[in-house]
Amino acid sequence: MAGNVDALYIFLVLLAGFMCVAIFTMIVVFAMRYRQRRGQQAEPIEGSVALEVTWSVAPLAIFMVIFLWGAIIYFQERTPPRGADEVYVVAKQWMWKLEHEQGQREINELHIPVGRDVKLIMTSQDVIHSFYVPAFRIKQDVLPGRYTTAWFHATKPGVYHLFCAEYCGTAHSGMIGQIVILEPAQYQAWLSGGLTSGSLAANGETIFQQLGCPTCHRFDTQGRGPNLTGIFGKPVQLEDGRTVIADENYIRESILSPAAKIVSGFKPIMPTFQGLVSEEQLTALVAYVKSLSPAPSGAKPAPGTKPQESKE
Amino acid sequence: MATAALTAEREHYLNTDYGIRSWLLTTDHKRIALLYLVTITLFFFIGGFFALLIRLELLTPAGDLVQADTYNKLFTMHGQVMIFFFLIPSIPAVLGNFLVPMMVGAKDLAFPRINLLSWYLLVIAGIIMLHCIITGGVDSGWTFYTPFSTAFSNTKVIEAGIAIFIAGFSSILTGLNFVVTIHRMRAPGMTWSRLPLFIWAHYATSIIQLLGTPVLAVTLLLVVFERAFNLGIFDPTRGGDPLLFQHLFWFYSHPAVYIMILPSMGVVAEIIPCFSRKRIFGYSAVAMSSIAIAVFGFLVWAHHMFVAGISLYSAMIFSILSYLVAVPSAIKVFNWTATMYKGSIRFNTPMLYAMGFIGLFTMGGLTGLFLAALGIDVHVTDTYFVVAHFHYIMVGGAVMGYLGGMHFWWPKISGRMYPEWLGRFAALTVFLGFNLTFFPQFILGYLGMPRRYWQYPPEFQVLNVMSTAGSTILAVGYVLPMVYFLWSMRYGKIADANPWGAAGLEWKTASPPPTSNFEEIPEVTWEAYNYHEIPAPEEVPVGLQPTRN
Amino acid sequence: MAYSPLAIEHKEGLQHQFVDAEQQRNAVSLGMWLFLATEIMFFGGMFCAYLVYRYWYYNEFAAGSRSIDIYLGTINTAVLICSSLTVALGVKAAQLGKRKLLVTLLLITLLFGLAFLAIKGVEWYDKYKEHHIPGPSFSAQDLIEKYPQIPIDPRPTQIYFSLYFAMTGLHALHMIVGVGIFSFILFQAWKGRFTPEYHTPVEISGLYWHFVDIIWIYLFPLLYLIDRKPLK
Repeated sequence: MAGNVDALYIFLVLLAGFMCVAIFTMIVVFAMRYRQRRGQQAEPIEGSVALEVTWSVAPLAIFMVIFLWGAIIYFQERTPPRGADEVYVVAKQWMWKLEHEQGQREINELHIPVGRDVKLIMTSQDVIHSFYVPAFRIKQDVLPGRYTTAWFHATKPGVYHLFCAEYCGTAHSGMIGQIVILEPAQYQAWLSGGLTSGSLAANGETIFQQLGCPTCHRFDTQGRGPNLTGIFGKPVQLEDGRTVIADENYIRESILSPAAKIVSGFKPIMPTFQGLVSEEQLTALVAYVKSLSPAPSGAKPAPGTKPQESKE
Repeated sequence: MATAALTAEREHYLNTDYGIRSWLLTTDHKRIALLYLVTITLFFFIGGFFALLIRLELLTPAGDLVQADTYNKLFTMHGQVMIFFFLIPSIPAVLGNFLVPMMVGAKDLAFPRINLLSWYLLVIAGIIMLHCIITGGVDSGWTFYTPFSTAFSNTKVIEAGIAIFIAGFSSILTGLNFVVTIHRMRAPGMTWSRLPLFIWAHYATSIIQLLGTPVLAVTLLLVVFERAFNLGIFDPTRGGDPLLFQHLFWFYSHPAVYIMILPSMGVVAEIIPCFSRKRIFGYSAVAMSSIAIAVFGFLVWAHHMFVAGISLYSAMIFSILSYLVAVPSAIKVFNWTATMYKGSIRFNTPMLYAMGFIGLFTMGGLTGLFLAALGIDVHVTDTYFVVAHFHYIMVGGAVMGYLGGMHFWWPKISGRMYPEWLGRFAALTVFLGFNLTFFPQFILGYLGMPRRYWQYPPEFQVLNVMSTAGSTILAVGYVLPMVYFLWSMRYGKIADANPWGAAGLEWKTASPPPTSNFEEIPEVTWEAYNYHEIPAPEEVPVGLQPTRN
Repeated sequence: MAYSPLAIEHKEGLQHQFVDAEQQRNAVSLGMWLFLATEIMFFGGMFCAYLVYRYWYYNEFAAGSRSIDIYLGTINTAVLICSSLTVALGVKAAQLGKRKLLVTLLLITLLFGLAFLAIKGVEWYDKYKEHHIPGPSFSAQDLIEKYPQIPIDPRPTQIYFSLYFAMTGLHALHMIVGVGIFSFILFQAWKGRFTPEYHTPVEISGLYWHFVDIIWIYLFPLLYLIDRKPLK
């Protein structure tokens, strides 16, 4: 992906460079050639419709090309591939908390094996932050109150800067870390070296039980709340007639503001858990609900196959 | 005063009355322009001082000059002071106020007392802002993003918000005055197609000021209420939406950048024809481009939010529209350049600033194409690339245009010539210092240095040192004009009515003009920029001798 | 020749920067229309915020809307519409040079304006008693209990009331300014300042008053009439 971005960048540098040189040259040449001279008058020229049209249409055409090119790259940047590994990120003043699906937690660092698609599901505990990895050419604001996503596919092992790119207060410039891309063997070594407290989804199941959710969200049709099996990623019909997709944001909102989107056929009796669950617990609950649905179709590519674009 | 002695019996707007009351209670648009000049110059140097401290801190990767919180206040207040108390007023309030009535052939603006009120509003806003700065400052960033500004910052956000709110009304009233004056008070024969392009530019600017600023006003008001009364309008923990703030904020703040650049473009459109001795190439195209920029400028605000969490499809729409708004600016650059073709060019200070403007605005504008490209913006937004881009436009563009205009109309304003060689030297110093300061920042941005960083990884140091070195040169370039303009008021060569041989009604009256601008209202029977009918001045004032072929 | 710092009046009401009375009238009129355009943008920002949140939090907005007094709101709407009538008649009286009629109509307008503000004060006081003023003492508990069949989250309910007070508060501020302007115009009319040839201040003040009225005409249904259907 970074390669695509750089290709467009270089094209734009060349284009801008060319335009600058053209304009500067014309100015300098006109300045010298048409310097005030005794006995020589300026020529009264009104304008030229042909020129106006040309230098309106031509730039517009070039701009549309640039737009399309940039839009295609952006579309790819904002569409994580199916089957990507998921990492949950919680940003807070002034650190990054990252949690792998299998349960490994990291602070300000992210260890990833080379050649994997990685999708980041991110939220903030306080103000707006922004997850920026210059080497991967990715950046996504991290907002309080909802999840935003970004994804990358690293092709070269190495250590890359992670910056916070949205001003967030005193230690904004200290909210930095690193993305560590490892060879598969090294990644295994890293995995086994750390303590895990169970996978994210398993943690989520524990919290689900502890908070008494199964009381209403039974796994049959008798519950006062909807059965959560198999709902993730599918459309949900709401009381007021709308249909929404049950994604991460929907699950999170339903826990914190249950009244906002009542499922059709159910009463608005779910209490809110605002203030009773932390962002990390929310992340675990979301992962648990996801685990109740079949994995998305599209097998995850094995590590090491088909690296895509080259990166710096 | 020396002015009176040297200009003997002739009465004009400067010597017609003395004393503080005659200035503070004046309704003469020319005196009000000078009141504004003093005010915005003061704020320019305050904002510039903050900039210098920022650049000094950034000499080293570690945060070692000031504390992090102080640094955050410095960049916040640099932005707020420069934008709201210098750039937005600058050309309209100084040059616009002075020249708009004269250029259309009127005795004053439509509402002189409202004009004075405008100035007082800016002064009151400025006092509140100064008080805010002195008693602790504000660190929300000039963009006031929520929920940081409403619920997390421990600084004087409310006071800064109120100051900017009041300054906004100063801007609205100036815009209102200009639109009414241009519509209703043109001299007989001054049709729309005979108006100087400076007027077209200010007309477009005024429309933006009128329609955009109120949205900022109400947004800041809501932020102030939220912070004061603990509401939740923009706070997600209380049901609000931080993105709503961003949309409302940028709905004004994007058109605001056109408020800052359009007047400058108007200045350049006056200078280039005069110093090329020919009509602007493509008058209608340039005039219509000003209007097009104003209209399209209202449609592109969310290009500041491509990574903020807006939908993919909104992003695409705003990206396409952003490319549309670039076209009229490109048209202007081509027309200004074409005006020099087959001209008879002199290189006085105003022309140097105008040529510098074209170069730097072109560079800044072209880098806007990078930012409008979605795929690129993801990488460079919120980095020094953006910082470089907007400084190229606002400093390389707007400030150069402002200085060029000040030099061009200085004889009209003061009745004196500034020292030409010093003027050219200062112009070159500004140009070189500017490029050294801001060009490295494009590279820093693409390499990944985020903005608003008090400390940074050591690999970014070399470019930062270059940038700081440039800023000291730039500072010298800015101090010089202030010094020699003041000097010229006492010792400068006396200027006659039209030292440049320029076209335009303002040059048909004395330098400095009488209070009522014209002895009698002129009747216009000629087209704008009728340089083929105006002889070049015999002697170029204090400067280049015409070369022999 | 002495230079007076304030506008020199050559003829009755003609300011020195204008060539003739017609230019002055046109300029002043255009100025007021432009000013009203800025006011539309000002309120427009708030209307935008309102529309977004109403779409997202319909239930809470509906509950909030039911809790404000529709009778007082309707009376206020009628008061303002009548006051616009008296303003329009006043302008007509000024055009015809009927001083006493003009003064009477302006006085009635003023009284209507003050009545509006008084009724608004009563409404706000009711909100204060019901703990609906946003801030530390805010509570939506009464609404949650009153409408058990509708899911109501207190946080967006507070947003409704924040916008309610912001919008009606700014409107009331504009009304107060209007009352001030009309007091001044009334005084000038009583002194006989206006003639059929010169009554521009009455016209443009009338424009302002009509505008404030129109803002209320939008506010009323948006705030008071969200959902008044009887609940099942």
